[in-house]
Amino acid sequence: MNQISRARTQDTAESGNQESGKGNSAIPFCLLSWLPDFLLILCCLPVFLIHPASAGPVVIGSKKFTESYVLGEIAKRALNEAGTPAEHRQGMGGTIILWQALRGGQIDAYPEYTGTIAQEILKTDRALSLNEIRDSLAKFGVATTESLGFNNTYALVMRRGEAQRLGVRTISDLRSHPELKIGLTHEFLDRRDGWQPLRQRYGLPQQNVIGIDHALGYAALANGSIEVKDAYSTDAKIAENDLVVLEDDLKFFPNYDAVFLFRSSLRPDAVAALRRLEGTLDERRMTTLNAEAERTRNYTRAASLYFESSGQTPGESFAHKLSRWTLRHLQLAGVSLVLAVLIGIPLGIFASRGGPIGHAILGFASVVQTIPSLALLALLVPLPFFGISIRTAIAALFLYGLLPIVRNTASGLQDIPRSLRESAVALGLSPAARLWQIYLPMASRPILSGIKTSAVISVGTATLAALIGAGGLGEPILSGLNLNDHVTILQGAIPAALLALIVQWLFDLLDRVLIPKGLRL
Amino acid sequence: MQAGLPASQMKALVELVEVSKRYSDAPALQPTNLSITRSKTTVLIGPSGCGKSTLLRLIIGLVEPDSGTISFDGSQITAANIDLLRRRIGYVIQEGGLFPHLTARANVVLMARHLGKSHPEMRARLEELCDLTRFSGNLLDRFPLELSGGQRQRVSLMRALMLWPELLLLDEPLGALDPLVRAALQKDLKEIFARLQQTVLFVTHDLAEAIYFGDEIVLMNEGRVVQKGTVPDLCDKPIDPFVSEFINAQRGLVNL
Repeated sequence: MNQISRARTQDTAESGNQESGKGNSAIPFCLLSWLPDFLLILCCLPVFLIHPASAGPVVIGSKKFTESYVLGEIAKRALNEAGTPAEHRQGMGGTIILWQALRGGQIDAYPEYTGTIAQEILKTDRALSLNEIRDSLAKFGVATTESLGFNNTYALVMRRGEAQRLGVRTISDLRSHPELKIGLTHEFLDRRDGWQPLRQRYGLPQQNVIGIDHALGYAALANGSIEVKDAYSTDAKIAENDLVVLEDDLKFFPNYDAVFLFRSSLRPDAVAALRRLEGTLDERRMTTLNAEAERTRNYTRAASLYFESSGQTPGESFAHKLSRWTLRHLQLAGVSLVLAVLIGIPLGIFASRGGPIGHAILGFASVVQTIPSLALLALLVPLPFFGISIRTAIAALFLYGLLPIVRNTASGLQDIPRSLRESAVALGLSPAARLWQIYLPMASRPILSGIKTSAVISVGTATLAALIGAGGLGEPILSGLNLNDHVTILQGAIPAALLALIVQWLFDLLDRVLIPKGLRL
Repeated sequence: MQAGLPASQMKALVELVEVSKRYSDAPALQPTNLSITRSKTTVLIGPSGCGKSTLLRLIIGLVEPDSGTISFDGSQITAANIDLLRRRIGYVIQEGGLFPHLTARANVVLMARHLGKSHPEMRARLEELCDLTRFSGNLLDRFPLELSGGQRQRVSLMRALMLWPELLLLDEPLGALDPLVRAALQKDLKEIFARLQQTVLFVTHDLAEAIYFGDEIVLMNEGRVVQKGTVPDLCDKPIDPFVSEFINAQRGLVNL
């Protein structure tokens, strides 16, 4: 019954972190939105090649919360050490996105929890054994490892000192302390498999129960505003804040055993490497790794703790990461912008002629613009060909970039005085010559400004591509938000802002080259 | 049509037969018959909205007639041949219609270049036209915005004359110029027309200008031709009270 809650709570916890980080990153985001990077893109375009996930290395996905990132890093390292090339697409999204990516072959494996598999993937309220899960997954062409060794379930936690003073060790012990104040995440509070059935099962008497954000709840617990809160059992904050997990003595919370899901067709050496991880992580160890990841802001280093015996892994150097993010960012914004130009200008030319088709074109472009970018990504992900890939990000950015170009092309052409239009006709120029030699050059200023606007939108929105694992400068921003770490956020935001300035300058040069001198007098 | 005669021998270069045009709100041109004589300047005159510009635009194919036929040099103007015929017609409008992103030179040779004329050929013609229109050759590389109104009209005239057109259509070409510039251009234009033996259809609402240029004057009102003839015809033998009214109104001003 309550299996979904764990995964959901983690997501909630992460988004809580993101929200708290967002306020601090407002300035970098503003800077990001100026990035018109048309020229750079044009220069770099031939260099970029979109490579599908299925070719080459084994692709490990992860959800967007700390533990999933760490497990993804561990799997990547395990495969690499076994001689199987592997890459890790960090923080691609939630359960459904990862599941679809796995089935669609964009990724080959990702860490998942048994309770979540039963609830969200197999859609059953019943607790399933790992064997039942394995049988059910087989028909999707997906297989699973055995448990990695820990159960990341819901838990109730208290400050260690307080619990010892009151003699509370299990959830049942709470019955004798009706005065305790309980702060629960809204999600846990409202779920039909959350607080209400838990209180019924244990017969808990507490009346003072409030809803509180997951991250804030830890602060409330620390300063004594509340005495009990919900958590997930491998939450790094438990160790960090010296909390104790109350034993679920009536076995109310079902298992969320961590496993790796992988495609049945995955190469045997990769499967073997994943299976070697089975039973190697207990809750305490996982909690330590999570804490290390949140403390050092470095998932790779946290994962390397797991491989302690094999020594240090030098992480990817910052310069290398930066160039990887920047190139990917330019690739995302550039490819989508070039597509938007190639398709937007002809559409704008059609639209400038008015009539039902013209209105339909402008209407379509406007409607696309009103769809929130996150929703547009989510809408594209389930479509064939798209899925969790850079293609989806490019398609979304392309659709966003279309309107300014279409609209400015159409209005720029319509704004050409009738007398000049007629002069071109009266001269006897062919329609194509009129368009190329007269109309388009005369409308070059509005068209270029449309492209500039489109570039700004593309570059700003390209940071969101990281949400579906498409990378770019949004990647450090997203990790930083996830870790609530301003330094990491700035590692994405500052290069993005600098990039914006360079690109802005290049764009101004472009105006000077492309707008005919006679129009600049 | 005068069967048997080769087209070039016919007296009329343009022939309108029962041509009418209405825009959505009102008739712009009632069914009209008119012929434009070769090597003469025919002036279309009349108050605003009388249909004189519409008539010009019908000939150059910017609008299509609702009924009737228009022939140019013996062949009926159709959608299929209009682009070819346009190359044989020069068209100058009040504001010049020069393309702001092109230099004076590029404006003038635009069509010649489109047709693939050779550079020496174009350069020679350009020189000829500069002489003809008294336009200083070193202004050719300026953009329209860098030229005065009068200079722009001279460039526009050069552009219209570039391909040796058989017919020159002028739609109030001097309407936007100040009086001194206008007077100078009127004089030059008249000389040019005479020198080239040019067939000209000239639209104006100014009677003095019409008298100055017009071998033949076509007075229009409310979408129809009221009277066609020479200046003395119109003054001495008005066929309609409107003719006298129009002439006297403008004369009154001139005599002040």
